[in-house]
Amino acid sequence: MIRDITLGQYYPAESPIHRLDPRVKITATLLFIIELFIVDNFPGFAICAAVLGAVILVSRVPLKFIMRGMKPILFILFFTFALNIFMVKGEVIWELGFLHITKEGIRIAVFMAVRLVLLIMGSSMLTLATKPLNLTDGMERMLSPFAKLGFPAHEIAMMMTIALRFIPTLLEETDKIMKAQQARGADFESGNIIRRAKALIPVLVPLFVSAFRIAQDLAMAMEARCYRGGSGRTRLHEMKLKTRDIVAFILEAAFLVLIILEARYF
Amino acid sequence: MDKVITVEDLTFEYTRGENEEPVKALDGISFEIDKGSFTAIIGKNGSGKSTLAKNLNGLLIPTSGSVFVEGYDTRDDEAIWEIRQRAGMVFQNPDNQLVSSIVEDDVAFGPENLGIEPAEIRRRVDKALEDVNMGEYKMKAPHLLSGGQKQRIAIAGVVAMRPEIIIFDEPTAMLDPKGRKEIMAIIKELHQDGKTVILITHFMEETIDADRVIILNEGKILLDGAPEEVFKRADEIRAVNLEVPMMTDLADRLIKEGIDVPRGIIREEDMVEAICRLKSQN
Repeated sequence: MIRDITLGQYYPAESPIHRLDPRVKITATLLFIIELFIVDNFPGFAICAAVLGAVILVSRVPLKFIMRGMKPILFILFFTFALNIFMVKGEVIWELGFLHITKEGIRIAVFMAVRLVLLIMGSSMLTLATKPLNLTDGMERMLSPFAKLGFPAHEIAMMMTIALRFIPTLLEETDKIMKAQQARGADFESGNIIRRAKALIPVLVPLFVSAFRIAQDLAMAMEARCYRGGSGRTRLHEMKLKTRDIVAFILEAAFLVLIILEARYF
Repeated sequence: MDKVITVEDLTFEYTRGENEEPVKALDGISFEIDKGSFTAIIGKNGSGKSTLAKNLNGLLIPTSGSVFVEGYDTRDDEAIWEIRQRAGMVFQNPDNQLVSSIVEDDVAFGPENLGIEPAEIRRRVDKALEDVNMGEYKMKAPHLLSGGQKQRIAIAGVVAMRPEIIIFDEPTAMLDPKGRKEIMAIIKELHQDGKTVILITHFMEETIDADRVIILNEGKILLDGAPEEVFKRADEIRAVNLEVPMMTDLADRLIKEGIDVPRGIIREEDMVEAICRLKSQN
C-alpha cells in the first residue's frame, strides 16, 4: 500500500497544459497571482475566473480533484470571511448586540473570498499539471541567473530532487520500523493524542539514524559518480521553448494587459 | 599486458573514537590489475575488502602507500575526477545510490556530471539501459522496481559514464537469489564486452567465473591467483573461517575417500567430466 503513494498532488494526464515548458507555467502562475491583486472589481474577477476555467478545462484535471485540495484552507476562508463581514465599518444593514454587518463589509468579504479561492485554485493548477521533477528543473533554470549573485539555485533543486526520490524510501523504512516494534508489543493505535505521539518517539529515533546512514551512502555514491556541484554540469533534458510555449507566453502577456486595462478603466 | 590499477604497499588506518588506537583496515597490500581482467576480491566481514574497494577510486585515500588508476595517483586532488570517471563503482544497497525518481534521469546523472553534450547523454543512457535489459523501464520510478532491477539501474548509471574499470562492492549482498543471478549475468557480460571488472564479494560461488581471485584476511592478502590454483589450497582458506566453493569441497571429500579427482575443481561441469573420466577408466 505504502509503495503506491503519489508524490505531491500531480494529476497525470496528456494535455497541452501538461506538455508546456515548466518555466512558462511557473511564470503564468506568478502572473496570475499578481493579476488577482491588480483586480479591484468583480468583472475583473469574472475574467480571471473565465481564464482559469478555460485552463482547467484544457488541462483535463477534474474539478473534483482540484476541490479536494481546497479542503485544508476552508477554515482560513471562513475565518477571513467572518472577520471582514463583521469588522468593516460603513452603512449598517443588520445588527445584533455588538455584531453588525455593513454593506461594505459584505462586499469586501465576498471580494476577499473570491480572491482567495481563485488564488488557491490557480496556484494548485501548477502542481497538478506539472511533474514535481520538471517543476524543480524549471525553477533551477529560472533561478540560475541569480547563481552568480550567490543564490544556491542548483543546490536547492538538487535537494528537492533527492527529497522527492527518498520520500518513498523513508516511508518504507518507517513502515519496517513500526512493524518491527509492533511485533514486539508496541501500541500505536490506542490512547489519546499525547499517548500516541509518545509512542512514535521510539519510531523516530531509529528513523533518523537510518536517514543519516542513507544520506552518507548516497553522498558517497554521488561522489563516485563524479558529482561536484552545479558548475560544469550538463543536462539530459534540454529546455527549449517550443511554438506552443511561445504562444502560451503571448497569451499570458495579453491577459496581463487586459487585467491592467480593466482595473484602470472600469 | 597493460596494468590499469597498481596498488603499492597500501595501508589504510581509521580511528574509531578520539583517544583510541588507529585500526589497520588494510596492511601493506600490493597488487596489479590487468586491463580487461575479471578479479574477485573475497573476504569475511572486517577483512578490509570494502575499504580496499573505496581506495581504488579515491573515495578513501591511503594512509601510506599508493594507488594508481591508469597512471593517476589517487592522492592527487586534481586527478580525482579523472580517476572516478575511469573507475566506476556499484555499491551494495541499490536504494541508497539512486539519485532521481525517474530511471533515465538517474542513469543520466553521471554523464551530466561529466559535462557531456545532451544528445550524447541521450545515446549513452539508452545504450546503457539496453545493456542491462532495462530499456522498457526508462520512465519508471525506481522505488516501484525490485532490488535486482534497481541494482541494474545503478549499473547502467555507471556504464553510461564509459569507465574502463567497474568496481562492484558486494552488489548482490542485499538481493534475492533471482536478483543475484541477474546481476552476476550482467557482470559477466560487461567483462566479455572488454571492461575490467573487480568484484568484491563474500559469496564464494560468485568467484568461479573470475580469472583471478584475491582472498583478503585481516587487511592482508592471504592468497592471490587463478581460481583453480587458489582453491587447491582449500585448507588454508578454511583455516581463516572462509568457505570454499561447493565443488571444491566435494572434490576434497572424494579425495579423502580415496577417489581420484583433481584438487581445486570449482565448476560443476568440470566435476561431471572428472567423474565420467573415472568411470571410463574403470
